[in-house]
Amino acid sequence: MSIRGKAHIVGAYEHPARNLPNHSVPQIHAECAMAALADAGLSIRDVDGFFSTGQLGFGGVSLTEYLGLNPRYIDATFIGGSSYLAHVGHAAAAIAAGKCRVALITQGAKVRGVIRGAKHTADTPEFPFETVYGETNAAIYALAARRHMHEFGTTPEQLAAVKVAASEYAQFNPHALLRKPVTVADVVNSPMISDPLHRLDCCVVTDGGGAIVVVAPEIARGLNRPPVSVLGHAEAIKHGGRGPNDFTSTGAVVSAPRALAEAGVALSDIAYASIYDSFTITVIMTLEDFGFCKKGQGGAFVASGALGPDGVIPTNTDGGGLCNNHPGYQGGLVKIVEAVRQLRGEATPQTQIPNCRLAVAHGTGGGMSRQASVTLVLGRSDA
Amino acid sequence: MVETVETRLPTPEPFISPETAPFWLAAKQGRLVLPFCNNCNHAIWYPKAFCGACGTLNVEWRQTSGDGTIYSFTQVHRGEGPYREVESFVLALVDLDEGARLLTNIVDADPASLTIGQRVRVVFHDAGESAALPRFIPAS
Repeated sequence: MSIRGKAHIVGAYEHPARNLPNHSVPQIHAECAMAALADAGLSIRDVDGFFSTGQLGFGGVSLTEYLGLNPRYIDATFIGGSSYLAHVGHAAAAIAAGKCRVALITQGAKVRGVIRGAKHTADTPEFPFETVYGETNAAIYALAARRHMHEFGTTPEQLAAVKVAASEYAQFNPHALLRKPVTVADVVNSPMISDPLHRLDCCVVTDGGGAIVVVAPEIARGLNRPPVSVLGHAEAIKHGGRGPNDFTSTGAVVSAPRALAEAGVALSDIAYASIYDSFTITVIMTLEDFGFCKKGQGGAFVASGALGPDGVIPTNTDGGGLCNNHPGYQGGLVKIVEAVRQLRGEATPQTQIPNCRLAVAHGTGGGMSRQASVTLVLGRSDA
Repeated sequence: MVETVETRLPTPEPFISPETAPFWLAAKQGRLVLPFCNNCNHAIWYPKAFCGACGTLNVEWRQTSGDGTIYSFTQVHRGEGPYREVESFVLALVDLDEGARLLTNIVDADPASLTIGQRVRVVFHDAGESAALPRFIPAS
């Protein structure tokens, strides 16, 4: 049993705004939903499956009321930034099982100008033992980066190469929050946030969102847009619940090979990769864990130009979370949208990979103490 | 030896539940205790009434040495919440000799002098009526 080819992405939309001071969050969901459905050539009345993180109001139900949906299948999986990649996999499984035929996945977020405070939820068991020490997202990834440097000799300049590659793509994306190409020197001379991570090692903080429409093959056949097949999907949860968690690898060690196996394709067949880039170190570790290079060689790999248009694996051609967009601290949906653009041949012309037939989109939700990795393998209908 | 060190760091009062109160109360008394599994002897972190390593509710509180080594550390220059006004501080992962890997702060040390693998030992900073925060200093 596999989901290979049993569901297709026919609509994909990334909200063009990065600052939305006058929008409500559900309004962002609605704009994205309507635009993705228009992209697909479908009506909101066609939707019979609804997927969101359920962070707003009463699980996923509040948004179904706002949008007037009456889904026969609902999923409100929330696993941080990788949620939306999980939604695509869950939607494909639901469609394959006949539970729904038109699945709508939406994201909406407003976080610009909001001062982050300590996370305190009485019923969250780990928080009391972490927030009191002043942990931040950047600090947790900094712990990973320092350990990676210690074990493998990774350098700040190699971390910076990830940001440089993202910025060189972002200059061609008219909607990217940061469009100016930067150098390694710019990154390592930017203010230290949590050493060894500088400001330019960190992703952007944006409002916005997007939406994805996943449908059954018989629906896709009646539409005008080139369908993108969901070929493989795998999830891996990593935590310290059975003993100390290492901070130098991600759940991609497990999820990437599993998703590729379901798709029946080799890593060397992948022409484009959307790799979650909350921080520069996230990309280096994830590329290693996929097997694009050996464990510990990720720094040298990215510094060699591997992520560029002529590199081993062109990555995050929209500028990624580091330069383009990372709505509500969750970059997973945008990762899917850029992979769909590449497979449709609709990326910005300067960054379009010729004849892109197979792509991966990978999300890393949470931090290094605990995380949810989700890998999707997507392909053109002729893949 | 119980040692309390004055600190410039915030000492936020943790959320204390009946499940975890013994951890915080022991810290208040200058002892670092953890739940240990009576089945597999796993030192459980974070403190809870369940051993995820072997899947049992059969756990008990035991005192630890309070000695450990630095697994990784970072000097944080952009704090959040109660740490927002602090110019910088050190967040670290410390491997206790008993096997647990704790998120904590290293205090009373020059951040530039810290290294991965360095030996550290626990100190306690009062945080309210019924708790103290275990933090670590370089072992002399």
